[in-house]
This record gives sequence, structure tokens and C-alpha cells, in this order.
Amino acid sequence: MKILLITEQREGKFNKVSFETLAAAQQIVQHTKGSLTALVSGKGIAPLADEFADSQLDEVLLVEHDLLEKYTPDGFSLALRQIIENTKPDLVLLPHTYQVRDFAPKLAASMGKGMIGDCIGYRYENGKLIFVRQMFQGRTAADVVFAGDPPWIATFQASAFRADLVTKHASGKAPVKPVTVDLRPEQIRTKPLELFREAKQAVDLTQAPILVSIGRGIKAPENIPMAEKLAKLLGGEICASRPICDEGWLPMERQIGSSGQTVAPKLYFALGISGAIQHVVGMKGSRTIAAINKDQNAPIFEVADYGIVGDLFEIVPAIIEELEKTK
Amino acid sequence: MKIGVCVKQVPAKDAPLAIVEAGAWIRESDIGFETNEPDSYALEEALRLKEKHGGEVVAISMGPERAKQTIKEALAKGADRGIHVSDDHFYKLDPLGSARSMAAALKAENFDLILTGLQSDDQGFGQTGVLLAELLGRPHATIIMAIEVTDSRMKLKRELEAGWFQWVELPLPAVLSIQSGINKPRYATLKGIMAAKKKEITTVQRASLGVPDAHTQHVERIYVPHKAKQTEFITGQPKEIAAKLVEKLKHEARVL
Repeated sequence: MKILLITEQREGKFNKVSFETLAAAQQIVQHTKGSLTALVSGKGIAPLADEFADSQLDEVLLVEHDLLEKYTPDGFSLALRQIIENTKPDLVLLPHTYQVRDFAPKLAASMGKGMIGDCIGYRYENGKLIFVRQMFQGRTAADVVFAGDPPWIATFQASAFRADLVTKHASGKAPVKPVTVDLRPEQIRTKPLELFREAKQAVDLTQAPILVSIGRGIKAPENIPMAEKLAKLLGGEICASRPICDEGWLPMERQIGSSGQTVAPKLYFALGISGAIQHVVGMKGSRTIAAINKDQNAPIFEVADYGIVGDLFEIVPAIIEELEKTK
Repeated sequence: MKIGVCVKQVPAKDAPLAIVEAGAWIRESDIGFETNEPDSYALEEALRLKEKHGGEVVAISMGPERAKQTIKEALAKGADRGIHVSDDHFYKLDPLGSARSMAAALKAENFDLILTGLQSDDQGFGQTGVLLAELLGRPHATIIMAIEVTDSRMKLKRELEAGWFQWVELPLPAVLSIQSGINKPRYATLKGIMAAKKKEITTVQRASLGVPDAHTQHVERIYVPHKAKQTEFITGQPKEIAAKLVEKLKHEARVL
């Protein structure tokens, strides 16, 4: 199978998921005995193409264009479509980032093709490539296969594969080949303006050794002090899944997950969090994960070391009492 | 401003999910359905834009007969009329097939702006807004946290990862996927619920739209996920659980 991996970089740095997707691509190439080409695009990014060529792959394509310096869905879709039509890959793999989900469905549809997005893994069975993704907020997994002719387009979720499993190039470096695309300013309808961060983060959750994290199961803002008390007793910080911050019950800067912070504390204590993938990608690297949830099938228990099925309003006060007793 | 907002009906958050024997969908009998939460932010944003700039809000939902309930809820909150794209087996469509059907049903409406939620809480493909834009020949932007409309252009705040944002400008007409948390969705008032009874819902049979059934992908089966980790479940009365957990965190995991 001929694979084209589309990398993502911003301001001269690769997104980490680019390497994770490279690890996936290398594994799929091994299974399907195919070839792997990576694409690095932007402006003034030749050193990045060179860096990527250290990995085991057949070729790195380097595309530089003024109109690819800043991301626009039109610019990226038009450029990538030309590359795909010229190189004719069977499978196009991309990291499932916010940027990719903004343009990849458009790119696929512009060629009359479909995209299987947000995959967490794949299986190669009897010559068939099966992509695994989640449905129902992680409560079920789904096996999805492509129908119709290639090119097929798929994206892999952050931390679905391990970047440290990327194989280095066997004989030094893969060749870097500059290619050109035809893009004109009038084809681009979006005008990208400045990138910015909101008010500086007052709390750096990535440095907290222990995190107590709350989800929908906390039910009401009046119940948050209970979780804060637990966090304080454990010597940790409080944080939350996205819906809690959407409600304004905790500030956005305390959000864990794909749109918030990625953390790996020694203890992550999830209270009433179901464990949708957007949350799990931000905390699955934690050394120890404990979770309380009333639903024994909640996906949070797939990553938890210690699981408690029950009412957190009974169990958390008991834990607080136990901690106060043994202090 | 003529605004279309796509709202999907999905299984209720706490609905027990049973996978049907063939394995590609859930058993729909005995479970409750509700409006997809991310779409309620898109609806709220549409209503606020109408309040500010005037015009009309049309709520569009594809699904079986029950999906009308989600349109009715949108009408009760303030949408002016509804379009129901009717198909009992719409869950078998792939993202492109869904979007092609929606695009065919909406094309003649010539909306200035189409809003969708970021993704659905059931299939979670997260592609509908982007695909609608491509199929209707409109520009788009996704993960939107603020909309400022001036004449025929919009200034939009897009959320990026890890706390970053970006301002972008787009011409109208356009399609936007709204990020959850952009606003506080309103509740329907009693007056709104009464008024909704007089509002029109047009039903379009999906089969009549002439969209080919060619799939680009198939969901072969759905299943309870395999566990990545061996979870040790701690059971007992709350006091016992607390004692056991603290003991394990101290002496087994050594994290306290």
C-alpha cells in the first residue's frame, strides 16, 4: 500500500501528533509491504523536511509556497489535492488535530472521497485495513473500512500511537524532494489574522503532582468545594473536563483534554468523568489513575488503575474523612 | 440575515446503550433521545445573531420521525421554522452521504450563514459543517468561539489547541462549526413552547433528493471497547472503599 503522510507544523515546529501518525504509518507500511512518503509544507521549512527525513521512510516531499505560510482551509486543500493527484497514494494519513479536522473532510470531498476521522488504531486482517474509532463518546468502539477506490483519507487521534516507536532511517536519511503547487491569492477566501493566547495561565496544571478532576457527575457548582477539599487534602490541584468549564463552573484554564491542557501527574483522580476521548487524550499518560463513576461501563474505566462504581457524593466524603483521620 | 442551523437528535446522555445483534448500531427501542448538546450552542448563536442583525433562523434536522422533536425544541427556543429531512435509516449514511443529503435539501434556501455544532455525541464524525461548505461552494471555519458580523464579512475567533486562539476573517455566505462553551444556551419559555405550535416544519423525504447511495466508508460493527488497562475495582460500603483506596494509593501505587 502506497501511503502519503501529511505532517503538521506551526512556526517551524512539528506538532507531536505528526510523529505519532508517522509511527502508525510505518507500522501500516510494514503490514502492507508498501511505501511511505511524507509531506512537509509551509514556507521556509526546508530544515523541518530534513529533520523528518531522519526517519524510516522512502521520501520526503517538501512544498514551500507563500500562501502556505499561514494556514487556510482553501490553501491547504487546494495544495494537498494537487500533491495527492500527482503522487496517487492509496492511503493518506494525517494527525487528527484541530487544523486537520478543519480542512481534511473538505480535501476528501473535493475529490469525491470520504475520510475516516479521529481513529484510535487499526487492524490489518486478511488483506483488509480496518480502522478503529470511537462512537457514543467512547462508550463503544467501531470498526470502519473504506469503500470505493483510493485515495482513502484517515486521521489518527493524539496519543493513539507512540512517537517514541518511530523507526530511524536504516541508511542515514531519506531523500528530500522539493515539489511545487499552483496556488493563487484569489483562490483563498479566509483571511488569517493573529494567533494569541488568552490571559496568561495563572495555574500550570502540568506541574501539579496530583490532580482531582471533575466532570458532569459533579452535577452542580455547589458540589465543587467537596472536590476542592479532596484536592487540598491530597496536596493537589483541581481541574475538570470540558463541560464543567463550558458551564463556567471552573475557569477554562483548568480544563484537561484536547482543547485544554495535557497532563501526566503521579495521581489523576477523576470524579464523575465519563472519559470521552477528547478528555482522555489529555490525561492518559498519568502514572496512576483513579476514577469514581456511577456507570460501570463508563470509558474512563478503560484507562483507570483503580475504579469505583458508585455515588461520588457518598464516596468522596468518606475518602475525605479517611484522609483527615490518617493525616 | 438568513441563518440555517443543523440540529441532530442523539441518544440521551444517560441512555443505556445496547448494541444490536448485527453489531453496527444500537437498539433504539426503550431509550430516550435528546438534542445533540454541541448543536444547542450553534442554535443559541444563531438566535443571538438574529436578535442583533434581524432575519430568520431555520432549524434543520435529518433523521426518523422522532427527530422532529429536536426541531420542535429549537422552534420553542425561538427558531422561526424547521426542515425535517426524513430517513429512518439515516445512521447508515457515511459523513459524505449525510452532508450530500443535507446540502441537497438546503441548497434552494440560499442561507447567508449555516451553523452546526462541532460534532455529534453519537457518531462523532465531526465533519458535517466542513462538508456542507465544500458541497455548497461556501467558505467555512470551525471551532468558533466568537462571531462579529460587519456588512458582508465576519470576524471569527477560532479555538486552536492548548489554549491558543486565532482571529480569521471570512466573507458571507459561509458555514461555521461552533465550539461548545461559546455561549449559554437558553431554555425554552412557556410562551415559546406555545408559539412553536404554530410554526411550520417542512418534511423532505431524503430518498426524494436524488443523492446517490454510494458509500465511501462502512461501519462494519460497533462493540464495547477492549480495555487498555486492567482496572482494579474497589467495592464495599463507602467507608470501606475509602479505606481500601487510600491504603492502595499509599502502599501499592505509592502516590500519596
